[in-house]
Amino acid sequence: MAEATVNTSAAPAAATGARAHEPSFVYLVKDALATGAIALALAFPLVGFRTVDRGSTTIIETRFGQMFLGVAVIALGRFAFSLIDAGYARAILAGSGVLSVAWLLLVAVDPGGAAIFPLGWMSWMLVVSVALRAAYVSWGDRSEARGDAVSPGDRVAATVQRLAVFFGPVLLLFAIAMPLLPMADQRWVDLGILVLTYVMLGWGLNVVVGLAGLLDLGYVAFYAVGAYSYAIIAKTFGLNFWEALPMAGGLAAMFGVLLGFPVLRLRGDYLAIVTLGFGEIVRVVLLNWNELSNGPKGIGEIPRPSFFGMPFTPAPPQGVTSFHQWFSAHLWEIGFSPIQRAVYLYYIILLLALLTNIFTLRIRKLPIGRAWEALREDEIACRALGINPTNTKLTAFAIGAMFGGFAGSFFATRQGFISPESFNFIESAIILAIVVLGGMGSQIGVVIASIVLIGGPEWFRDLESYRMLAFGGLMVLIMIWRPQGLLAFREPTILLKPKAGPP
Amino acid sequence: MTATAMTTTAMNAAAALPLLQVDHLSMRFGGLVAVDDVSFTAMDRQITGIIGPNGAGKTTVFNCLTGFYKPTVGRLALSHSDGREFLLERMDGFRITQHAHVARTFQNIRLFPRMSVLENLIVAQHNKLMRASGYSVFGILGLGVYRRAEQAAVERARYWLGRVGLTDRANDEAGNLPYGAQRRLEIARAMCTEPVLLCLDEPAAGLNARESEELNELLKFIRDEHKIGVLLIEHDMSVVMRISDHIVVLDYGRKIADGNPEKIRNDPTVIRAYLGEEEDETLPPEVARDLGVRG
Ligand SMILES: Nc1ncnc2c1ncn2[C@@H]1O[C@H](COP(=O)(O)OP(=O)(O)OP(=O)(O)O)[C@@H](O)[C@H]1O
Ligand SMILES: [Mg+2]
Repeated sequence: MAEATVNTSAAPAAATGARAHEPSFVYLVKDALATGAIALALAFPLVGFRTVDRGSTTIIETRFGQMFLGVAVIALGRFAFSLIDAGYARAILAGSGVLSVAWLLLVAVDPGGAAIFPLGWMSWMLVVSVALRAAYVSWGDRSEARGDAVSPGDRVAATVQRLAVFFGPVLLLFAIAMPLLPMADQRWVDLGILVLTYVMLGWGLNVVVGLAGLLDLGYVAFYAVGAYSYAIIAKTFGLNFWEALPMAGGLAAMFGVLLGFPVLRLRGDYLAIVTLGFGEIVRVVLLNWNELSNGPKGIGEIPRPSFFGMPFTPAPPQGVTSFHQWFSAHLWEIGFSPIQRAVYLYYIILLLALLTNIFTLRIRKLPIGRAWEALREDEIACRALGINPTNTKLTAFAIGAMFGGFAGSFFATRQGFISPESFNFIESAIILAIVVLGGMGSQIGVVIASIVLIGGPEWFRDLESYRMLAFGGLMVLIMIWRPQGLLAFREPTILLKPKAGPP
Repeated sequence: MTATAMTTTAMNAAAALPLLQVDHLSMRFGGLVAVDDVSFTAMDRQITGIIGPNGAGKTTVFNCLTGFYKPTVGRLALSHSDGREFLLERMDGFRITQHAHVARTFQNIRLFPRMSVLENLIVAQHNKLMRASGYSVFGILGLGVYRRAEQAAVERARYWLGRVGLTDRANDEAGNLPYGAQRRLEIARAMCTEPVLLCLDEPAAGLNARESEELNELLKFIRDEHKIGVLLIEHDMSVVMRISDHIVVLDYGRKIADGNPEKIRNDPTVIRAYLGEEEDETLPPEVARDLGVRG
């Protein structure tokens, strides 16, 4: 693979993406009809017939009306897309924009009104996607014409990044003060813990995906290793949270190296598929290795964190002071409340997340961090500069895994119970979505994406089972229009300052 | 760097030590023999041009030298001036740059496009900086050892930026530079690895006449002031003929001639290789100009 890419022609690619050819309407109509014919061939067996249970017998129903409507919609869509590419983007944008807004207004006035459009929401989605495509083409073309001028997306990302200098500390102060605010009840603190856990996981994965450019679809494996390591170490050796935490992180890092070693020779999609497989393997092993992991029943009674040896319990055993007793004795009188532990957990995860962030920000400016980014940009050039690609990738993998392991330990001590259920592929997907959505390599983007994706489930709850669909749709849209992530904005790690002193 | 009083030729004659010795190099891809039993020697402090028609195997020789391909047969010996010898065919790609100090550029430019120009040059000094940062431990702690090493790396980068005329673009994204500037940056980046042998794959491709002239000056400067050997693949004969001390001609993977520019210019086999197998003795004008044939 490497070899094939070393040796490509020097000739600069001749005018790619040219839309120079004269649009011939006859040709475009023919093209749309051909597309319709293909759609018809596919739809005839798939949509055209339907089996229906009628009491004891099964009969076949035909749905040719819907089938033809669908085919017509596809052909029309194709025609609209061709027109956009042929240079009528503005006209199509205006038309489809008006149509889709009118559609919405109609439905708003009379919810039954949607019925006058064939296929209901389907046709609306088609019109909207045509409008989006047209908007993209006309904007994209304009920013291309401006030469190397920044696209609107880049400008937004740059602004957010600049604002983050002020916005970040405010957000941090809010995060510190949140559990102490009067409105903060158990629900708020729990939600805060959840969001911060994903912020930490996102920052950890950002090292691997955002900086080193290694698409890891199995990050949850390290989360699981951290959680199980913590549970087993803490239970077997009777260690407390702060003693077991580094060990669990270390084990996860070792696991990262172990998994990374055979797979890091692969590139891009191949790496993604293999890491996805590893994520599943870890879960299946945990499910079946009863002696170690207690299988599907999971591990319970995991030691909860204590505050300098003082547990958060209403009635501690003889000779042990619990946190609320100590607090009452030294500061002011408080009764026991479960929220005390939640607040303590909240501060633990806040601290862990901040450590991850500071570590990442610092390492980005070190040779290893720059080598990660260079590797993401061009691995072959890196090799020609004497950078060992395998070791460099392994460190990224190990450090990402270590943070995943820390987060896993935290998860275990917070829940007090873990089982393989919690480490599904969907977790990996959510963490990756946070990184990608936020903007690969952008620390503030991860925070915003976590708040939106984790903190805003209320918001998505209306969609119920369509939630995953909406989620997937959102990811696809972002991959099409802003593959580097919504808030991706890269600042140089070092600047050349004018030479100081007399000339 | 102060200019020496000696003339270039006198100095080259005085310092003509073999730097790279290529012996019986062959590279096969399935049934295709891309490089067929090629032997030549590149001298220290000299520019050795490698020319030949398209597909002659020039880039393949570079890929063997820099560890991207493992040669099917052959020995590639690099001698440092301190007497150490490296057998490049046995080394991993990145180790060749790291230990044997061979640096290269690519026929199709390979910069880190979204990193800044300065960062491109700093990444090139990775191994040195890794050591100075105690494999990141000192770096994370922000110790002075690392800060001083980074400062030195920036100064080296500043020097080369000045050399290739990119000082005022240091903080811009490398991918936003014009084509000619990207070519120069790639050479500067290779030089930041402190090579003893610099391999340039068609550095003048796509440059205009003025840029091509500047490139000539840069290459002579690198040879004379930094006292390293340069291997130069080039299609632009005006560059090769004027600045090479020695030229190797490849055709269909075989070496067909080897000598100084004067000799190559008048070598009938070379002329025939560029013309194809025609018996016609008169060269088309553009080929004649390319080869610099007079009369
Ligand atoms: N990885 C590879 N696999 C198969 N064939 C290859 C590979 N690399 C090079 N070749 C073949 O080897 C031959 C020599 O290629 P090479 O790139 O070395 O030529 P070149 O002299 O650099 O040509 P150009 O002037 O066009 O750059 C060509 O026929 C090419 O197709
Ligand atoms: Mg070539």
